[in-house]
Amino acid sequence: MNELLSVILTIITASTPLLLAAIGELVVERSGVLNLGVEGMMAIGAVCGFGAALATGSPLIGVVAAIAAGAALSMLFGFMTLILVSNQVATGLALTLLGLGLAGLVGEGYVGQPGVKLGKIDLPVLTDIPFIGPIVFGEDILVYAALALMLAVAYVLFRTKMGLIIRAVGDSHQSAHALGYGVVPVRYACVVFGGGCAGLAGGYLSLAYTPQWIENMTAGRGWISLALVVFGSWLPWRVAIGAYLFGTVMILGFSLQAIGAGIPSQLLSSLPYIVTIVALVVISGNRALTRANTPACLGQPFVPDR
Amino acid sequence: MRLVLEKRAERSRRMTVLSPVIAIALTLITGAIVFTFMGLDPLEALYVYFLDPVKYFWTRNPDDFWSLEQLAVKAAPLALIGAGLSVSYLANVWNIGAEGQLTAGAVAGGAIPVFFPEWQSPLTLVAMLLMGAAGGMAWSAIPAFLKNRFNASEILTSLMLVYVVQLILDWLVRGPWRDPAGHNFPQTVPFTGWQTLPVFGDSTIHLGVLFAVVAAIALAFLMGSTLKGFEIRVLGTAPRAGRFAGFSREGAVWFCFLLSGGLAGLAGIGEVMNTVGQLQPSISPGYGFTAIIVAFLGRLNPVGALVAAVVLAISYLGGEAAQVTLGVSDKIARVFQGILLFYILACDTLILYRVKLLSRATVELRA
Amino acid sequence: MKKWLALATILAVGMTAGAANAADKLKACWVYVGPVGDGGYTYQHDLGRKAVEKELGDKVETKYLENVAEGPDAERAIERLAREKCKIIFTTSFGFMDATIKVAKKFPKVKFEHATGYKQAPNVATYNARFYEGRYVMGQIAAKMSKSGVAGYIVSFPIPEVVMGINSFMLGAQSVNPNFKVKIVWVNSWYDPGKEADAAKVMFGQGADIMVQHTDSTAALQIAEEQGKLGFGQSSDMIKFAPKAQLSANTDDWDGYYVQEVKKVLDGSWKSGDTWGGMAQGMVVLAPFTNMPDDVKKMAEDSVAKIKSGELLPFKGPITKQDGTVAGEAGKSLSDQDINSMNWYVKGIDDKLPQ
Repeated sequence: MNELLSVILTIITASTPLLLAAIGELVVERSGVLNLGVEGMMAIGAVCGFGAALATGSPLIGVVAAIAAGAALSMLFGFMTLILVSNQVATGLALTLLGLGLAGLVGEGYVGQPGVKLGKIDLPVLTDIPFIGPIVFGEDILVYAALALMLAVAYVLFRTKMGLIIRAVGDSHQSAHALGYGVVPVRYACVVFGGGCAGLAGGYLSLAYTPQWIENMTAGRGWISLALVVFGSWLPWRVAIGAYLFGTVMILGFSLQAIGAGIPSQLLSSLPYIVTIVALVVISGNRALTRANTPACLGQPFVPDR
Repeated sequence: MRLVLEKRAERSRRMTVLSPVIAIALTLITGAIVFTFMGLDPLEALYVYFLDPVKYFWTRNPDDFWSLEQLAVKAAPLALIGAGLSVSYLANVWNIGAEGQLTAGAVAGGAIPVFFPEWQSPLTLVAMLLMGAAGGMAWSAIPAFLKNRFNASEILTSLMLVYVVQLILDWLVRGPWRDPAGHNFPQTVPFTGWQTLPVFGDSTIHLGVLFAVVAAIALAFLMGSTLKGFEIRVLGTAPRAGRFAGFSREGAVWFCFLLSGGLAGLAGIGEVMNTVGQLQPSISPGYGFTAIIVAFLGRLNPVGALVAAVVLAISYLGGEAAQVTLGVSDKIARVFQGILLFYILACDTLILYRVKLLSRATVELRA
Repeated sequence: MKKWLALATILAVGMTAGAANAADKLKACWVYVGPVGDGGYTYQHDLGRKAVEKELGDKVETKYLENVAEGPDAERAIERLAREKCKIIFTTSFGFMDATIKVAKKFPKVKFEHATGYKQAPNVATYNARFYEGRYVMGQIAAKMSKSGVAGYIVSFPIPEVVMGINSFMLGAQSVNPNFKVKIVWVNSWYDPGKEADAAKVMFGQGADIMVQHTDSTAALQIAEEQGKLGFGQSSDMIKFAPKAQLSANTDDWDGYYVQEVKKVLDGSWKSGDTWGGMAQGMVVLAPFTNMPDDVKKMAEDSVAKIKSGELLPFKGPITKQDGTVAGEAGKSLSDQDINSMNWYVKGIDDKLPQ
């Protein structure tokens, strides 16, 4: 029982940053923009969150700083791809390069310093319920924030006018423009939202997951988040399932090793990727479903004509 | 004031030439400001960064020729992969996993010296190169198949496959393919003689550099003067028109993946046959990913990719030189590289669009 | 011929011009595989570089290249330093071995030192630290301190260096508790704090109560702190990260070695060779023993003293391997050669070594 509990708790922590970044990217892609710079925005979020928390002693200020840093970097991306209509794929890759470099530079003085940890919540009685308590009532607030964010995004995208506009902009920017919606401002807002989420995901790494800063601590999680968006066929709840599934496969790999199952560790390490590919194939094979949810204008530049 | 873009009727020829110049000028200015803030002499820093790698051209100092050789060796895999990716991206086929195809090529080609360490003949060289290209093609066939058969996003499948093949390589060199005489370190037997790429004269410039140049020219010809090139262009820019013309989208996906995968595989085997000299867990500092940037910087033109590869190689070597001579950290080199890319991408806008700064009054007038 | 003449002229001109500077300072250079900000392996080497600067002051000038990938870039990076007139170049990762040898052939006057490798040349020395000595003592402490009799061991890649660490730890533990168990997780990365933390959580969940790692970040130790378990630091003293959990830390101390080698170049006494120093030479230092009762501390201190004096040899034969065969002669340590290419586990480890 104890072992199962610890595995579940570990999975939740491992999946949360993926979910945070993926939900942000989902909104960006729904508006028709592909931002491949998630890894860079995460890194900058991680270092700024760490630094702010260290300076002020408050992990919550760290969280805010992480969001702000990610959002700030995404504004650069927005300016490039939306105002100057530069190629989104290339700009995203350049953003990754820049973000990782900047983060390393900013963080030079933070290496080897213990950080400020964002604690887990502890509700009297509730958290003490055996098994259920620690899982449902004993996480850090960002775990709940990630789930709340997922629900909020799902609600806004599919139940509100704002969501309708975002999806319209992503599906057909020409028509949306003709209807009088500002394609560029909507997309800009979505890009900044995605940047904030990626920054928050980075902040989760350096504040809650492992309170420390070292270079390259994002270790490819930004890329996995990108994959999760497609894996979840641009639907928030599926993205959440994907994130938790990915975390589960990864942690189960460790569990199997620790039991001494004798399976090559490389095979276990590659399982999450293989699972993602298989799931991608299964989901994409269902053409009706993907077509219904893929933003038709994804990655296409838009210039309003006058 | 407001920034407004106006689409040009056609690509501006003047801007095609001018935009990289503007980008470089902007980078130089930004760089100068950044370096000044860091307390360095901006001119010296910029010199080290951009001119040091190519200073042989004016110093004629044989000692400086070394940097040029290194430049060629560093640019070759980038150009080779970038050329293939250019064609692929023109057709709207998004192969992001060239790094994996590069690794697959290295594994397939490297299998020959692992299993036949004694085999030394010119044929060995040919066989290894062919296996390398075939390995890259085989690995790139997976996302192509998944795209055509299941409509699975090739961006993600090709990317995920990068990690998978890297782990396969890791497993091979730590396990079955490990050099028995290598003290159990993770590497295969060293490649020797015909198992390595011949070099030109006593330089370090190897056959792979020639491949890169040939590939760039051949692909430029393919895209410019053949029906296949036309087909790819049409399918990329106007898929509907392409379908009416009877061009097969599936065929283009296969063609692009096999082409770009094969070239990436060739680049991979070229690296292990020369600069690395054996299979080991890490064989590429992310050439496959950097080549994506190369393809875009080269405006999706194979010859452009060759030029872009050289520019990027200069920024790498310049970054290294800056670390050594100025004591600037590696991070600054990377940030600087990012800035350069941003400027180049931003200035590309000028080719397709006219940028106008409108005052508020004009905006209202127009509305 | 013309080429050489031009070269000679330029060199002559250059030398007269730069004579004032060049004569004063010796250039000592480092090539790092990771960023100096990794807080672990490369970070420790860079501390060594800084120690050289501090100790030898204006007699030396140091340079380094960080983040040099083990592969195509290695040879160029090393050669660049040689061309920059570095007189001694330390290449600090195993994967730089062949590149170091190649460049050394081209620059016979430059001294090279390659960490953790096995190929030497007249101008290439090798050096490494006997980290396994520290791990033996850690094993003893773990066996004393563990209530469940199970330790978790997070590892990066199956290279001999890592394998000998696991074995030494286990032998140390078995010397205290013959039934000691160790769980092993390979994370296939030198540092990925997230994964290390996850692996630690999983093993704690499976009943381990002490965490050992051969990866660089502090993550696993932080988890131990959080869960009220115990652990050991790696590469550097991580007590700041886990004041209540860290028992000790197996730290690399390159300061003394680097200072000594650079001094030798300065006075002309440098010679090629193989240095494999341990606790006795001060290259391996266990951080202060904390969070343990006095008797355990005493035992650990005794072991350290015995290892230093050579009385205690972690790999003293006979050693029973996992498959039941026996290695080494009774009463004698395994040869350095055998230790350096270790690819088997000692008896009692449940994991299967990746082959």
